[in-house]
Amino acid sequence: MTTTETPDILHQILDYSARADPYPLYAELRKTPVARQEDGSYVISTYRELTGLLHNPHLSSDVRNLSRPMPATEADTTPSFINLDPPDHDRLRRLAMRHFGPPHTPGLVDGMRPDLTAIVNGLIDDFAGKERIDIVDDFAYPFPVTVICHLLGVPREDEPRFHVWVNAIVDSLDYDPKKDPKEKLDNGVQAKEDLRQYLGGLLEQRHGRPGDDLLTRMANDDGPEGRMTDDEIVSTANLLLIAGHETTVNLITNGMLTLLRHPQVLQRLCDEPDLIVRLVEELLRYEPPVHIIPWRAAYSDITVADTTIPKGSQIMLMLASGSRDPDRFDDPDRFDPDRQDNQHLGFGSGIHLCFGGPMARLETQIALNALVRRLDRPRLVADPPPYRPSPVLRGPIHLHIEQS
Amino acid sequence: MSSADTLQAFKRDGRIAIVGASLAGLRAAEALRAEGFTGSLTMIGDEVGEPYDRPPLSKQVLTGWVPAGGTTLPRRRDIDAEWLLGVPADGLDLATNHVHLADGREVPFDRVLISTGVRARPWFVESEADLDGVFVVRTREHADGLQRALAAGPSRVLVIGAGFTGSEIASICRERDIPVTVAELAPAPLVGALGAMIGEVASDMQRAHGVDLRCGVKVTHLEGDAQGHFRRAHFSDGSTIDADVAVVALGGIRNTDWLRDSGLAAGVWGIACDTGCRALTLDGLITDDIFVAGDVARCPNPIYEYRLISLEHWANAVEQAEVAAHNMVSAQADRWPHLTIPTFWSIQFGVNIKSVGVPTFADEVVVTQGSVPDHRFVAAYGYQGRVTAAVSFNNAKWLDHYRQLIETAAPFPPPCPTPDGPADAKPVPVDFPSPQLLAQGATVVVTGHDPSERRVTAAWQHR
Ligand SMILES: Cc1cc2nc3c(=O)[nH]c(=O)nc-3n(C[C@H](O)[C@H](O)[C@H](O)COP(=O)(O)OP(=O)(O)OC[C@H]3O[C@@H](n4cnc5c(N)ncnc54)[C@H](O)[C@@H]3O)c2cc1C
Repeated sequence: MTTTETPDILHQILDYSARADPYPLYAELRKTPVARQEDGSYVISTYRELTGLLHNPHLSSDVRNLSRPMPATEADTTPSFINLDPPDHDRLRRLAMRHFGPPHTPGLVDGMRPDLTAIVNGLIDDFAGKERIDIVDDFAYPFPVTVICHLLGVPREDEPRFHVWVNAIVDSLDYDPKKDPKEKLDNGVQAKEDLRQYLGGLLEQRHGRPGDDLLTRMANDDGPEGRMTDDEIVSTANLLLIAGHETTVNLITNGMLTLLRHPQVLQRLCDEPDLIVRLVEELLRYEPPVHIIPWRAAYSDITVADTTIPKGSQIMLMLASGSRDPDRFDDPDRFDPDRQDNQHLGFGSGIHLCFGGPMARLETQIALNALVRRLDRPRLVADPPPYRPSPVLRGPIHLHIEQS
Repeated sequence: MSSADTLQAFKRDGRIAIVGASLAGLRAAEALRAEGFTGSLTMIGDEVGEPYDRPPLSKQVLTGWVPAGGTTLPRRRDIDAEWLLGVPADGLDLATNHVHLADGREVPFDRVLISTGVRARPWFVESEADLDGVFVVRTREHADGLQRALAAGPSRVLVIGAGFTGSEIASICRERDIPVTVAELAPAPLVGALGAMIGEVASDMQRAHGVDLRCGVKVTHLEGDAQGHFRRAHFSDGSTIDADVAVVALGGIRNTDWLRDSGLAAGVWGIACDTGCRALTLDGLITDDIFVAGDVARCPNPIYEYRLISLEHWANAVEQAEVAAHNMVSAQADRWPHLTIPTFWSIQFGVNIKSVGVPTFADEVVVTQGSVPDHRFVAAYGYQGRVTAAVSFNNAKWLDHYRQLIETAAPFPPPCPTPDGPADAKPVPVDFPSPQLLAQGATVVVTGHDPSERRVTAAWQHR
């Protein structure tokens, strides 16, 4: 049987009490790889089915293809490419990639290595004299935010303003009309609007000006395919700002937490800094920053593991569960930086594969290597640490450590 | 001694010879060691130097970006082998289990892997092929010579044959701003591999990049000057063209001549084997100790009606090498079949072309995603109502889905619409040129049922 009603498990996962350790629930969920929910949506939790769907051209990222509209749609604004299908998705992603990665801008990420190292070291310098450090507030949050501001060309001083908006947006991602106050949704919608206004304002000043940041480069692009409209640039900047904000924080924090829970690995990393490359891949599998793609839409009927998902259905992809699927990964609940053949779903897969993946990897590699090298016998103050509310972008809200 | 003991003894101190020390040979050697084979390993190859990779030879090497000597294959582990390089094998004795080398040496073996691949088909008139400025591209030395000739700034390059290699070379010429003429006997580039509809796209791409493309004509004669340098080509329609470089890209010849009297089912399409990479004899018997992998193998695939399929695909060489190596040191019950769906890629005119399945095993083709005029699309191939292959232009990320369709014999044309589906998605006949032309441009050839068939005659006729 692939289709049974297992609403209990999903609701347990979404419930805050499961935040610290959702993995046993994922294992439960995987017994039904394609699970139809009471509300007609489908939850996918096994590696094979997830990768199959992520490469399936009938899976749509555009909410307008849902037969029942989402509570929080972006129908009235221009969606960013993460919420679009080809060909629009492909065009916008290509136009953004022109300024970020190969083939047109191949050296950008690697060229930021010295800057990243300097930011990281600056933040760690500030730990001096503190007895207790919050890895989130003192390090894992300010670091990627500084980087994404610099990259996009958003003034770092404005952070307190957009921090509030980003929080409200992320909060509304898992809005559930049945149990959440309507206010949660309204706040998210308002925050989206405010953030757009703000970015639109920045963009206005960039037209016709020289500059190396992405906003300026997108505003003045004279490539063969032409330029994005201002609306499209704002949507893209919006996406990059939120994603560059919220995911790397969790990856770095999850990384530090995992290392503190595996002291031998931490020691090994001190002795073998090169281990970091594989270690971060394993981290992306074992404690990924994005656990769930909460909705995709069946553009036409899709058959997965003998279940036909009708056109227009909402599909929920449990990526973090797929990366712990024992049918794909040996001993999946073991954190093993030597793991071979580690094709995790930490960045998704297919055409929506994480745009900022190369940047997130490098940030996390530099951050963790510096932390283990410069902290003096760090200890966790609380295990598990307190978590953020979101089951989608999952990570600790604080990670307090003490050092000798 | 039980058969398990015999196998253990063989794994411990048996003798394995590998003939053809390139991609398939090296990967098999590494896999043998990884499988725990500790006996003696002899690598026999007629090229001197370390095994190297060929795909860059018609790509990055010709742009000058990577030196011809810079494509040495990465080593995954020490293989601790005896290397006999620079001398070809010229015979295989199945009665005494010996490989004969051209210099008279003999190499005894318990098991042998044949991975002698393909060589470039030369220009059919030897004196013309010998002119300065006339090239083929199969080896590092070829690519180095052609790279230098391109760097010298030729007035024009003539590419004869518009299969993948010829088209890639034409693309590089345009990238280097060198005038180039492409001559193809078929109605369009790539038709032999991908059929008429895609051929038309390929024609557009070439012309849009300034290639002087001439299809449906034969090059009849290469003319040299008094110094023996190529200067002019003559065509079957009476026209001529002046150029200083001619690249002969007329496909390959499988290196099976040395096996002519061995009793193996070896011929122009390669050496027939079972899905376990064990060679077949002319009588259709499976041998126990003779294995085949890579471009020289001709292997059945149940998805394609068990027909024997010959491939010139990098990934196939790697996968077959691993399967062959595993089976060489495993008992019958532990053997693996090689059943992977073929994949192939090429880069030309800024477009990443990728295929999955066997496009030549099809009667119809339909564009399923994207836009043909923009050169970003996926087309699915169907044979008698099921999907058998797909090709993507700048859209490779979808191909895993089509692999699944092929594996499950999904109905053709694929019935469900996709967000990016073209409005007029109607299947059209795939329309391959006659078998004779097919053999020149295709990198995968379906060769029939009969493993010992020798009636298949060389498909190539001079142009
Ligand atoms: C220019 C070029 C571009 C390519 N591009 C692509 C591409 O983009 N994508 C792709 O999928 N594939 C591509 N290929 C194909 C790919 O390189 C081949 O599939 C691969 O090289 C096959 O490996 P192999 O070991 O089976 O054979 P080969 O690489 O042909 O090796 C056979 C070896 O055996 C040696 N040999 C032959 N006869 C004897 C003998 N009697 N005794 C001793 N040694 C002998 C040969 O000299 C050679 O060293 C390309 C090939 C070329 C030439």
